Amino acid sequence: LKSVEEIKAAIEAAVPGAGVKVISNPAPIAQHSLLIDAQHAVAVAEFLRDDEDLALDYLSNVTGVDYLDKEISEKVKVTRQVPKEVDGVQQIVDETVEETRKHVEPGYLEAVYHLFSVAKKHGPVIVRFRSANRSDQVELPSLTPVWRSAEFQEREVFDLFGIVFTGHPDLRRILMWDEFKDYPMRRDYVEPDDFEYEPTPHDDVLKRAQEHKAKVAAGEVSQ
Amino acid sequence: VSASSIKTEKLAGWNRPPVIESDGEGELLEVAMGPHHPSTHGVFRMDVVLDGERVIKLKPVFGYLHRNHEQLGERQSYLASMPYTDRLDYFCSLTNNWAYALAVEKLVGQAVPERAEYLRVILAELTRIQNHASTIGFLLQEMGASGTPLMYAFREREKILDLFESLTGSRMMCNYMRFGGCRVDASPAWIEATRKVVSGLPSFVDEFENFLMTNEILMARCQGIGVLKPDLAVNAGISGPMLRATGVNYDIRKVDHYGIYDRFKFRVPLGDHGDIYDRYMVRMLEMRESISILNQALKDVPAGPVMDPKAKIRNFRPKAGESYGRIEAPKGELGFYLISDGSPNPYRYRVRPPSLINLTVLEDICLGSNVADVVLIFGSVDIVLGEVDR
Repeated sequence: LKSVEEIKAAIEAAVPGAGVKVISNPAPIAQHSLLIDAQHAVAVAEFLRDDEDLALDYLSNVTGVDYLDKEISEKVKVTRQVPKEVDGVQQIVDETVEETRKHVEPGYLEAVYHLFSVAKKHGPVIVRFRSANRSDQVELPSLTPVWRSAEFQEREVFDLFGIVFTGHPDLRRILMWDEFKDYPMRRDYVEPDDFEYEPTPHDDVLKRAQEHKAKVAAGEVSQ
Repeated sequence: VSASSIKTEKLAGWNRPPVIESDGEGELLEVAMGPHHPSTHGVFRMDVVLDGERVIKLKPVFGYLHRNHEQLGERQSYLASMPYTDRLDYFCSLTNNWAYALAVEKLVGQAVPERAEYLRVILAELTRIQNHASTIGFLLQEMGASGTPLMYAFREREKILDLFESLTGSRMMCNYMRFGGCRVDASPAWIEATRKVVSGLPSFVDEFENFLMTNEILMARCQGIGVLKPDLAVNAGISGPMLRATGVNYDIRKVDHYGIYDRFKFRVPLGDHGDIYDRYMVRMLEMRESISILNQALKDVPAGPVMDPKAKIRNFRPKAGESYGRIEAPKGELGFYLISDGSPNPYRYRVRPPSLINLTVLEDICLGSNVADVVLIFGSVDIVLGEVDR
């Protein structure tokens, strides 16, 4: 099997503008992966499957990973002009203060594909795609048209992570029931307050049941 | 079930199941097979559209046993997930343990002592034999051979489960492997008992085969039914005996050489037609190959520790990174994908379930056949719902 750098070069030659990045893996197994621009996903996938040297005809594993928004705080030195009383006279003086600035690096959802070759008996080649954010731009192209094994696995990723695979032939929930809201595998998932309480609540359950009843009485939750 | 709950958007280019037209006479009947149908091996539903006896549409429905195993894995330490892996495919807990241990060992670069490798191979092959024997037993049960073949299979399975119990303390929930070896050592008496059980296995397989292989009913109901083509099998990620029954030579024991499988001589049985009979036959032959591996492994189990003395057990925090480890489980490729962020819990814990992915082509291989054959085709896929739904 070619190294990730060679595969990257091959993809860039075949699909211009695919924006391939190598994500190195510091673990001893060193299974490095390729981060590819989501726009070119299907073209790259078809290349990986049909290329004679790679022949990655077997898509083994599809999964999602959720990365939360990251709040990054850094300390910056700022010089400001402050009015100050010096020797009994009001003056404007330069003052340097250290200030903490915070900005949010948007999180993203990631789809990871593990590819092997049955014909050449090599692998894995790991390919990842990232969504723009984790709220309103969660579409990624479906690779089910290229590898059928993605059919149920992408449905599962949609079900549990909420990545919407455009071009998937039958994108429905697979493990959770159809009426279920929210995506349970997201890192910020909160369990809904609607489970059935024990018939004879006690201790912690009693406390939660009372809180729940109060919420229902206040009309905050329906049941 | 309302008809609107079944929808398939047509999409050009994808490897979709064939569209079967009704012959136009009479009405179509929509049947929900399951979730409590005895042939579904658990709680699983197939929404089947029938034209007379012929299946013209089939949509599997999952999730009745879903408990979000992956989230459980992410909320607790690496080691604490080990007993949970027993509950994935509860017929083959030892291979589940091995796959998970292998993925974590790859993540931290952990070596496994020689004796533990031998024990792992012995236990995995015993697991394979009891799984295949029971699968064939269940298949025959569904064919109408009530009881007898299944009892023959379970008689043998019980002997193997006794071995598991005396070594690990549990028949099915073994929780035996650890990162860097195995939990307890096998006594010489256990090795001797295993040799004795293994020496009895060939006559069991012979007996089983004599009863079944040329049985007219079995041949009539299995040959040419549920045919899967090799190119679709590869494209749909089918693995294990179901893939090899189509004639594709892909056995992860041979491809990845994980553990110490490169030291043993064994053949990979392949099918020709990809029908139910080939799947049954491949399992039968795989049992023989497993017995051959067991005989080679049991000949000289080396002395030594079963746990790497350098293995870190307390405060186990892998450095940031990720790994994908896979093994040839009795049902197919069982993989674990782990991402570590340096904390005691995995950041991402993913199980690649062979049972679920092997069902991808269920509709393709059922279409056009009789509704009674659906039960057999489904049985020949060999699934366990604990692993499908996780």
